[in-house]
Amino acid sequence: MSKKITDVICPFCGTLCDDIEVLVSDDGKKILEVYNACVIGTEKFMHSGAKDRITRPRMRQADGSWKEVSYDEAADYAAQVLAKAKKPLMYGWSSTNCEAQSMGNEIAEVARACVDNTAAVCHGTTLIAVQDIGLPSCTLGEIKNRADRVIFWGCNPAHAHPRHMSRYSIFPRGFFTVKGQMSRKLVVVDPRVTDTARMADVHLQVAQGQDYELLCALRVALKKEWLPDTVAGVPKEKIYEVAEILKSGRFGIIFFGMGVTQSLGKNHNIDEAIALTKDLNEYTKYSIMPMRGHYNVTGSGEVLAWQFGFPYSVDLTRGFPRYNPGDSSSIDLLNRGEIDAAFVIGSDPGAHFPISAVKHLAHVPLVCVDPHITPTSGVSKLHVPVAFNGVETGGSCYRMDNVPIDGRKVVDAPEGMLSDEEFLVMVRDRLKKIKGVA
Amino acid sequence: MVSITVNLISGRTIQQGVAIESGKEKPSYREAAGIIEMDPSDLKKLGAWKNTNVRVSSDYGSVIVKAIEATQGPHPGLAFIPMGPWANQIVNPNTYSTGMPTFKGTPVKVEVSPNEKVLLGVELVQKSCFGDSS
Repeated sequence: MSKKITDVICPFCGTLCDDIEVLVSDDGKKILEVYNACVIGTEKFMHSGAKDRITRPRMRQADGSWKEVSYDEAADYAAQVLAKAKKPLMYGWSSTNCEAQSMGNEIAEVARACVDNTAAVCHGTTLIAVQDIGLPSCTLGEIKNRADRVIFWGCNPAHAHPRHMSRYSIFPRGFFTVKGQMSRKLVVVDPRVTDTARMADVHLQVAQGQDYELLCALRVALKKEWLPDTVAGVPKEKIYEVAEILKSGRFGIIFFGMGVTQSLGKNHNIDEAIALTKDLNEYTKYSIMPMRGHYNVTGSGEVLAWQFGFPYSVDLTRGFPRYNPGDSSSIDLLNRGEIDAAFVIGSDPGAHFPISAVKHLAHVPLVCVDPHITPTSGVSKLHVPVAFNGVETGGSCYRMDNVPIDGRKVVDAPEGMLSDEEFLVMVRDRLKKIKGVA
Repeated sequence: MVSITVNLISGRTIQQGVAIESGKEKPSYREAAGIIEMDPSDLKKLGAWKNTNVRVSSDYGSVIVKAIEATQGPHPGLAFIPMGPWANQIVNPNTYSTGMPTFKGTPVKVEVSPNEKVLLGVELVQKSCFGDSS
């Protein structure tokens, strides 16, 4: 007999779908089927049962081969690395729960480390912009029930947040949006004709890297002022048309993604997008929301902010938190070669950092805590596989609209495997002993 | 040898998302992210068939990937490599004091290179970091 677990939270993207159903074997050890999740979420649940999964920590030997070690030996090594280092980097945190993040921050304080999460390569520039001019936002529930104007700017939820559109932003029938998709106008801004753009009422095919100009032009068009014939590759007639569509709604939402945060202009693109939202509020009600990627990157920002006062790029090397993106941010620290040890958990900088930064990471003592084999584990000295968060262990996580949700455990981890938090507790206790901290 | 210059962006695809969850050491990851999506007009300029291996080079590095026809086009002059180790061999790592590398908008040169093979994800990063000895 198998049993079905309902209301499971999907630990893939920031949408945190909370309607997943998982069929597990009677002994609670194997996932048989996953219902309601997108193809990526399903793969995440199913992969936990992979036969070739690594279940014990392993150390890289001089000849490049791996030697299996115990969790105790692994924690000893990690604590020693952190204790010896002058400026260790503790990076990742976005695919783990808030409890583990909090434990990690405690370690970072003792180790006087630099702590950073994956906002470094996704919405870090958004966080800078929010500190500049604020963020008028709302929850996804409000969007489902109210939004009749939806803008996706530089993001492609059809690929990156596959169920976002069906659960919240386009298709669902809400209290004031009773006709679902028919109640909403969809505007997509993207240099490619993405699968999201194909669904749009209007697609503005902006010239890559000229989002700032187009955002400015829209602010001008709202006031019906003069525009040149084309701005950022878009004819002015289309810009005026979109301005009228946006103004005529009752409740609008601007979702934005990597297209604006990673293109030149960076945080200033977001500044301008938030300013556009502010301008639109002269006419009707508008909100703006970043499309957060990792399932709990928002949570990592929250935990860091309430413990240290800053949401990412926190430098604790002087014993108190400092924050200066460009100086204390992981990519810059690595590109300048300032890091002498690294502890990576719940993310894969080996795959997602520019190779110049990865090269430095590979040449310092690197501890990688990750259930998968990844490019990061491939260049690490110690690889510690752990239980899958959100599948084999629960814990708190934050949705992209800053709503905290309690994750659910659906199956047991393979025998003898620890969770992130359990391993971090071992490292903390050892580090405190070495440093003589009570 | 013919080469063309295009503007490179990287980003998520759903195939890449599935591949990272099913194992980055596997060939499926290479199938999903060791590619460059190019507009048909750019492939024509390059004189390349679809599914030919190409060398993509920028000021910051060089990588072999498989050129495929754009799945979310047309976007002449623009090329797309899904986020991952292949794209990160050549993207602009400068953050310009924001902490964020410039993952989108790197000018790159593309040339046909049918005899070189596309490396697996983990292998590619190991080779870049440690050379051939790894």
